Amino acid sequence: MTISWFGNSSRTFGRGVHPPEHKEQTAGLPIRRLPFPPLLIVPLSQHTGAPAVPIVRERQEVVRGEPIARAGGFVSVPMHAPATGVIDRIAPAPSVKGDLALAIFLKPYPSASQEILYGAPRDIEKMSPDELIQAVQDTGVVGLGGAAFPTHVKLKPPEGRRIDAVIVNGCECEPYLTTDHRVMAEQPAEVIHGARIVMKALGAERTIIGVEDNKPDAIAALERAVQGFDAITVQRVQARYPQGAEKILIQVLLDRQVPSGGLPADVGAAVFNVATLAQLGELLPRRQGLIERVVTITGPGVDKPGNYMAALGTPLRWALEQAAIRHDASSVILGGPMMGPAVASLDVPLTKGVTGVLVFSREDKQASRVYPCIRCAACVAACPLHLNPSRLGLLALKERYEEMELDFHLKDCFECGCCSYVCPSRIPLVQYFRLAKQVNRERKGKTDAGRGA
Amino acid sequence: MPAAAPEVELRSSPHLHTRRSVAMIMRHVIYALLPVAAAAVWFFGISALASLVTAVGVCVATENFLSRLAGRGSTVGDGSVVITGILLALTLPPGFPLWMTAVGAFVSVALGKMLFGGLGANAFNPALVGRAFLQAAFPSAITAYTPVLARNRFSEFIPATLTPPFLQPPPLDRWIAQARVDAFSGATPLMQWKFDGAATDPFALGLGAVAGSAGETSAVLIALCGCYLLVRKMADWRIPAAMLGSAALASLAFHAMNPARYPDALFTLLSGGLMLGAFFMATDMVASPVTPRGVWIYGSLMGLITVLIRNLGGLPEGVMYAILLGNAASPIIDSVTQPRVYGHGGRK
Ligand code: SF4
Ligand code: SF4
Repeated sequence: MTISWFGNSSRTFGRGVHPPEHKEQTAGLPIRRLPFPPLLIVPLSQHTGAPAVPIVRERQEVVRGEPIARAGGFVSVPMHAPATGVIDRIAPAPSVKGDLALAIFLKPYPSASQEILYGAPRDIEKMSPDELIQAVQDTGVVGLGGAAFPTHVKLKPPEGRRIDAVIVNGCECEPYLTTDHRVMAEQPAEVIHGARIVMKALGAERTIIGVEDNKPDAIAALERAVQGFDAITVQRVQARYPQGAEKILIQVLLDRQVPSGGLPADVGAAVFNVATLAQLGELLPRRQGLIERVVTITGPGVDKPGNYMAALGTPLRWALEQAAIRHDASSVILGGPMMGPAVASLDVPLTKGVTGVLVFSREDKQASRVYPCIRCAACVAACPLHLNPSRLGLLALKERYEEMELDFHLKDCFECGCCSYVCPSRIPLVQYFRLAKQVNRERKGKTDAGRGA
Repeated sequence: MPAAAPEVELRSSPHLHTRRSVAMIMRHVIYALLPVAAAAVWFFGISALASLVTAVGVCVATENFLSRLAGRGSTVGDGSVVITGILLALTLPPGFPLWMTAVGAFVSVALGKMLFGGLGANAFNPALVGRAFLQAAFPSAITAYTPVLARNRFSEFIPATLTPPFLQPPPLDRWIAQARVDAFSGATPLMQWKFDGAATDPFALGLGAVAGSAGETSAVLIALCGCYLLVRKMADWRIPAAMLGSAALASLAFHAMNPARYPDALFTLLSGGLMLGAFFMATDMVASPVTPRGVWIYGSLMGLITVLIRNLGGLPEGVMYAILLGNAASPIIDSVTQPRVYGHGGRK
């Protein structure tokens, strides 16, 4: 069976879903800067990997853009001061996961110009791949599409793997979010510049930028910006969720499948988000660090939705007040509605991996009764990985978690949410799968420990 | 920090959901069945109406009672049991004794659905379980057909309809005689073909102006209503496509071998319960496979078995058994047609 098809102009993949986009509220709004809050909370672990190590003391004055923490290893990145001000303290702060994690608290000076004085220009053409990789790490840039995986690590593929194609993800297939859309429309040159940096570091031959066809202005802007760069092409893809998932986009644009449990590098590809590349393209040539990012704040629970440039470490509550959060707001989600987690507290800061903040109001709550699985096959038709969520769900109910993993590839599920989205019985399939994976991990941990003893 | 402290509520992703729900799917199936039921009443009169009311009423009452008994609260709200009632009545002869209809309705829901564990757990289409039971228990009553468009159909019940409980229905010859001037053999087109080698005008077959089970006669109307479901994506189009396609192909082959003995494809498609079965019973989601390839196999299997029973078996009609066999095979079909998972050696 064919699993992807190629139309005249728009490619896409065969499954997935297309929920109402809800992007019209913010898609046309230019990026606006959020004012600095009275206190910034900069967690030392805003990325996947080892936490950064502070290099500043309490009461120390810092200028905007100055490094305040160094990378805690290869899979780690440094942090830079998001504002000119004084270090208040280094102490635990609530994190999105619900626990406490060490953070640097910084009080911006209200009267400072907040100009970025730090940095010095350099010529990327003269840099070797290894120098580039080091330079990328120094910028503190991580995957800004939500994964927050350190970008420079992707530039060093495992031994024996060669990357021939760089994939740039401009799909932004999650409903509501328009962060990447605005970045592509407003900073296309930076995106292209970033793409050239990663291509050079990887020694890749070509770059394909995949953009969904619901963003014609972004496609037009990028197409203008790539003129003169023959190795970079812009490919329009049909809007469909979860096209922006790494594995799916590789399939759509390269017609290759990443092996189960493997990496994009296994099929010669590396995937970067457009916002990541835009920051890289802007910061690296100036030797600067990542101190802010674009966040879409939207949803029925805010009165002033928009695309905001927020200093990293801006407390969520403060950001939401600027966007005029409503009193009937009921839940706050970081990221898109399909995969984003709901936050437990508004005291968490905006970090490098936050693409958007979605606020629902009480009215949106639909009381929904859960029915038994009627085997309607909607979930099977929706799963982008061709899993069988119907069967997985039935096994989960019977707590046959190991069978789910051994016979039905539970581990491949990346919790995209398509199956739960389409289920007419409202079965919380993804929730079941998370639990099952958790139980399997714990069981496995136990047997490993038993063997070790 | 300033006020504005909304209570945040924890929810698990995804936070969006399609509007399609189980109740909505069932409601659409009922809508699609209503014209078919109305046609049954038009063709066969108040007896068909009484049969529909009895079947639906007993089905709903049975599920209501048994689900409460099982301590789960009533589950009739999802509407699936109404479909079972309507389908059962549509597959019975118009003058089928109401007490037997009630027994069949009870068996459909009690044995065909609740015994398995209710909605979603039934291995077979519940209406067909009831129908199969009735066929075994009352073989003569279930083959007693009356003419279509009888003159007195709205003023009088077909006498068999009102048979007192536990008694066999009276002979229908006298009622049939006053009903219509034309000769009526008491046989459906399928029976006429099978036992007398007589063909029926395809036009009459398509429209449904022929004898038969109350709701199975108008092939064209059923197909139209079925297509509504397919277009609204409330049923899987591949099932009727595969079932009708394979039935047509199989009868084409039979007809080519011996045109005198085996009917042509058109007759096969338009006669008996094939249309109703293909659009409304084989598509029962619960008892059909979930894999894309499995659905094709399942549909084709049922079409083929229908024709094999009709042409080679002793019975004039085979749709019911074909679907029940398809239902029985669906778990196996599912397990041999698991989709190939992304990244597991399909393509590079
Ligand atoms: S959440 Fe997992 S099982 Fe469900 S559709 Fe996504 S990948 Fe498939
Ligand atoms: S979508 Fe829901 S009801 Fe349908 S087969 Fe999947 S789990 Fe079952």
